[in-house]
Amino acid sequence: MFDIDRWREIFQSISKNKLRSILSGFTVAFAILLFTLLFGIGNGLQNTFKKEFAGDAINAIYIWSSFTTVAYKGNQIGKKIQFKNDDFKFLKENFSKEIQTISPRIQRIVEVVHKSKKDTYTLRGIYPEYQIQESAEVEEGRFLNLRDIYQKSKVVVIGRLVEDDLFGQLSAVGKQLKIGGIMYQVIGVFSDPGGDNDERFIYTPFTTMQRLYGNTDHLDEFGITYNPNLSIDEAIVFGNKMLRTLKEKHDVSQEDQRAIGLFNNASGNREVTNMMIGLGILIFIIGFGTLIAGVVGISNIMVYVVNERTKELGIRKAVGATPKDIVAMILQEAIFITTISGYFGLILGVGILKVVGPSLKEYFILNPSVSTPVVIGATVTLIIAGVIAGYLPAKRAARIKPVVALSAD
Amino acid sequence: MIKIEKLHKSYPIGKEFIHVLKGIDLHIKEGEFVSIMGSSGSGKSTLLNIVGLLDVHDEGKYYLNGQLIKDLNEKKAAILRNKFLGFVFQSFNLISYKTALENVALPLYYKGVSRKERNEIAMDYLDKVGLKDWANHLPNELSGGQKQRVAIARALVTKPKVVLADEPTGALDSTTTDSVMDLLKDINNEGMTVFVITHEEEVAAQTKRIVRLKDGVIVSDELTKAPKTV
Repeated sequence: MFDIDRWREIFQSISKNKLRSILSGFTVAFAILLFTLLFGIGNGLQNTFKKEFAGDAINAIYIWSSFTTVAYKGNQIGKKIQFKNDDFKFLKENFSKEIQTISPRIQRIVEVVHKSKKDTYTLRGIYPEYQIQESAEVEEGRFLNLRDIYQKSKVVVIGRLVEDDLFGQLSAVGKQLKIGGIMYQVIGVFSDPGGDNDERFIYTPFTTMQRLYGNTDHLDEFGITYNPNLSIDEAIVFGNKMLRTLKEKHDVSQEDQRAIGLFNNASGNREVTNMMIGLGILIFIIGFGTLIAGVVGISNIMVYVVNERTKELGIRKAVGATPKDIVAMILQEAIFITTISGYFGLILGVGILKVVGPSLKEYFILNPSVSTPVVIGATVTLIIAGVIAGYLPAKRAARIKPVVALSAD
Repeated sequence: MIKIEKLHKSYPIGKEFIHVLKGIDLHIKEGEFVSIMGSSGSGKSTLLNIVGLLDVHDEGKYYLNGQLIKDLNEKKAAILRNKFLGFVFQSFNLISYKTALENVALPLYYKGVSRKERNEIAMDYLDKVGLKDWANHLPNELSGGQKQRVAIARALVTKPKVVLADEPTGALDSTTTDSVMDLLKDINNEGMTVFVITHEEEVAAQTKRIVRLKDGVIVSDELTKAPKTV
């Protein structure tokens, strides 16, 4: 209900009792400010962690082959294990449930020429799914698709830094690149959270590369992402199972640690996940603690405010204010002050994070910020606390007999 | 207007109860100008607080404007106070951060009168007590006599049935005492019931009826011989 007269009463009471209003406002503003800053910094720490481990998909598994180190089933030590297309098919068929995406990979170091510029890069032949495994983002043009695979097109998607190196400010999309003596068309440019190395790759269809380099069905590696529904433990079991099966298929001893290698992000994930959970709990405790401090602060102030006003309330009652009038007036004033000052603290906190944020990068705090719902939630909590904290003494004050209230000093 | 029968009131002091009013019978008709006399501790302020619905009695009956006052909750008491009663206190009890005009208009706010109207009415009453020029001053910019006149204007602004004054001149010097008493007499001459509590004989002498209270009982109740009129 909007009652302009009551608002007038409240504005007058606030502006004529500045010290009191500022005290209670300051408590709330300060609590929200601290909450915003601490929460923001906590989020910044978490962002740093996420970024450190976000180079590749969080559920990526890589498998590669090398030379045997254990003699087994007639194979001598030092035999090169070679993955072929049928291994690709084999994995896809045998682990269809556990695999989210899988892509074979061939990799060569190549010389790349554009006009007068020339440099050496890593060329990778892959399937479109590989984009997910690398967490690559298309900045311009498009990524490889299945049609490129079938048609064995001579097209490439280049990393952002390749474009920078060779094309400068100009767009590379649609241009021709001479890679290892063969002309390719650039169809897209990607960025990769993995950093500079990952942004200097050049991707081309797996089939194109297989045909141009050796014309065999050989391949170097597999990139896999496991089904995200798997728990970390299940994912580790799955990785080990794939490794065991591939070793059997290629007549490699299970004892041989080198012939076939497998890297599973899940193992590293466990530590990161635990760390993130720990950090999350820490942030929660900090935020909760700040809020509690704010709630206690505003409660104290409200008790003080009502005490200080006992006589005024007695006068108001003597001239006809009902208990409801008294309670409503105090509450409305409390809500008004907490809302305004809470908002002020929020703006100030967000502003400080914006200004100071970038310079905190070296302290492992990245993009410190708070999400709006969290801060609004905190502010609402404080408002409710202010209401409850104000309601109890207001109710008591409204119940005091006017004669007692009038004799108060 | 005010009818009290066998009124009793005690206050707890620690574990003991002090019996302040010991069976008061009092009948005040409309338009009377009554003073209650008594030394401090005689129970006169307690009586006024009960009559003013600022406090509740323990035993006996109290009729205000024909209505039996019993088991009033705070809300009903507030409405009755606002409707029937105007208060003048010894310590003025003005709200310090409100101007004279706003203080006078406050009872009308709780009565639900619009802002414009209540400011007009309040200004009329300030004019009546001779303080129109001081309307926008804060209480601490006014003299004691002026403050009390503001308080009287506030007591009158809702056109109550009874004005209750608790030692209205207790904090004033003799000149301002006279001006305040003259004002109360004027009000009474216009037909308002005025109920004054005082321990000063000169003040009581200016009313029309004096009720003397001692140790919680009425010891005398008589009309003054020649009530001065102005």
